[in-house]
Amino acid sequence: MNPAPMIALVGNPNAGKSALFNALTGARQKVGNYPGVTVERKSGRLVLSDGRPIELVDLPGTYSLDPASPDEVVTRNVVLGHQAGERLPSALIVVVDATNLDNHLRFTLQLIALGLPIVVALNMVDMAERDGLHIDVDMLSRELGVPVIPTVAVRRRGMEELKAAIDTIVSGAPVPPRADGAVPDIVIFQRRARAIADAATIEEHVGRRWSYWADKVALHPVLGPIILAVLMFVMFQAVFAWSAAPMDLIDAGFQDLQAIVRDLLPEGLLRSLIVDGVISGVGAVVVFLPQILILFFFILLLEASGYMVRAAFLMDRLMARVGLSGRAFIPLLSSFACAIPGIMATRTIDDPKDRLTTILIAPLMTCSARLPVYAVIIGAFIPARSVGPGIGLQGLVLFGLYLTGVLGALVAALVFRRTITRGEGSGFLMEMPKYQMPNWRDVAIGLWQRAWIFLHRAGTLILAATILLWALLSFPQAPAGVNQSEYSVAGRIADGLEVVVRPIGFNHQIALAIIPAMAAREVAVSALATVYSIDSTDDAATERSLVGRLQGRWPLPTALAFLMWFVFAPQCMSTIAVIRRETNGWKWPAFTLAYLFTLAYVAAGATYWLATAAGL
Amino acid sequence: MRLDQLPLRQAAIIAAIDWAALRPAEARRLRELGLDEGVRVEALHVGPFGRDPIACRVGRMTIALRRAHASAISVQQADAA
Repeated sequence: MNPAPMIALVGNPNAGKSALFNALTGARQKVGNYPGVTVERKSGRLVLSDGRPIELVDLPGTYSLDPASPDEVVTRNVVLGHQAGERLPSALIVVVDATNLDNHLRFTLQLIALGLPIVVALNMVDMAERDGLHIDVDMLSRELGVPVIPTVAVRRRGMEELKAAIDTIVSGAPVPPRADGAVPDIVIFQRRARAIADAATIEEHVGRRWSYWADKVALHPVLGPIILAVLMFVMFQAVFAWSAAPMDLIDAGFQDLQAIVRDLLPEGLLRSLIVDGVISGVGAVVVFLPQILILFFFILLLEASGYMVRAAFLMDRLMARVGLSGRAFIPLLSSFACAIPGIMATRTIDDPKDRLTTILIAPLMTCSARLPVYAVIIGAFIPARSVGPGIGLQGLVLFGLYLTGVLGALVAALVFRRTITRGEGSGFLMEMPKYQMPNWRDVAIGLWQRAWIFLHRAGTLILAATILLWALLSFPQAPAGVNQSEYSVAGRIADGLEVVVRPIGFNHQIALAIIPAMAAREVAVSALATVYSIDSTDDAATERSLVGRLQGRWPLPTALAFLMWFVFAPQCMSTIAVIRRETNGWKWPAFTLAYLFTLAYVAAGATYWLATAAGL
Repeated sequence: MRLDQLPLRQAAIIAAIDWAALRPAEARRLRELGLDEGVRVEALHVGPFGRDPIACRVGRMTIALRRAHASAISVQQADAA
């Protein structure tokens, strides 16, 4: 009945908190949300040496207990025991960066003043030694009055010692915090922190740090932007180049499965449901798992290595031109993987108008759910020619689509900052963490979580949408000689929509596919797969992949217009829901839907007419 | 001298910060990043467009800030040690 004691992990951003959390709990983590606020709650299980279980909660990284952002409010409320849905922690593990003691100790002192049992994890001691810093751990522990354990979380060093220290302080009932949060001005803590840090650290002069020399290159006025552009280009080329083999494998697997089921079941509705509906639809989406993982792999690597902040630094001035700051670059770059974590990452932007603008344009960043759509259409209609050394035409078109989204976002931001989110631009103030070799296990955990979310969606939302669409497409049964998808319920719904989308070059099948794709963009692919699968009468054609089936079916201007539609169209219920949550109301999600659908319609129409006029 | 005028890679000490010239949220963030009178500061890198923002070493940390904020920070050159 008495649940396991809860311990909270607290610390400054960039202290290596997540790595320590992974090292202590392993891959079995629960990710949720605090009720009523948009702050992520990450928890895991830690087992002490005597077998006692502990619930470890990873609190958002913050610089102090001043409640300025939602993250800081939650951190403060949790450590004070005021957070709804959370117990008072039995103890805190405060993570500090050994190379940056003077700053990180300030927050530690603020937490110690609360009176909760505390262990300090003196993290990244290997980096400190590399930088020529020798820290007197005993003295630090005496000055702070709490146990201090040297750790290297990314190398899993010091974990047993840390667990032993937790063991000794977690005994008996939680002690309520001494102060109720009325903390003195942080400058007092800051000065005391500096004094302790200076006393406990012996610094050998070892010249410039490694990160400095790396920054000389990465932030070089000419080289820096070139490196960033090359990195982005390599990333998007790799998404295509590296994924070909595993995708063929998955595709072949689903086709074999279709063949097996077709042999096992008699011809009829059940076989149609499983072969044309479930396998065809879900398979068409799952096949993109390799591309999504490659994209997330790059983004996780850029984050973990510390390069992401450099990218923000390089981009700040350009972002300032459209009224944003370099800080918005990180959520926007994350939105290339998925707009949902991207929009959630805007919480680090202090200025409310800056933040709102970033939220509104985040859906324009080409997320991984668009990749399946782009990949199918590009694969079917753009020839796999080489247009230069190492540059394929297909990759180039894909790059162009990404670029269109970015340009659209910049123009939108410029317009918003002059109209609905008019106001003084906020500044750019950011810590630049040290470069770090990413820990492969942490990257693997991140990738695993993404893969799971994607497959979970494929197995639930996309499966349900696929079955529903199959049913709408299969009934009522068309008499002989009549096209089934046009005769069906879905076909009749699409007839209505077709009137609207015909001027921008869309055909009946596209009208059919974009309706269920409101749930999620990648459903468009499974929907097309289902539509063409139901209409095809001979089995040989069904067994060809969707790319093969689409080839030659649409005129090129229609294919291009379809691509352009997906650059802009806000076809993702989860994004709209997260915008509603982050902006506390329906006003901004409704606005997002309206402006993005308008843009999508105009852009697709313009593309169709220009391409037709150009004789493509 | 102001921080935005400080030549690159020249060590200095923060002499005074004009907190009133900063908006409260910015001032708070600057304080959180360890900017305070008497702290060692050194401009290390500048952004590629318009030499903005500036990456500075403050204490043992590297932070990025815009020229507009750097101009609120007065510095005096440290003795080359």
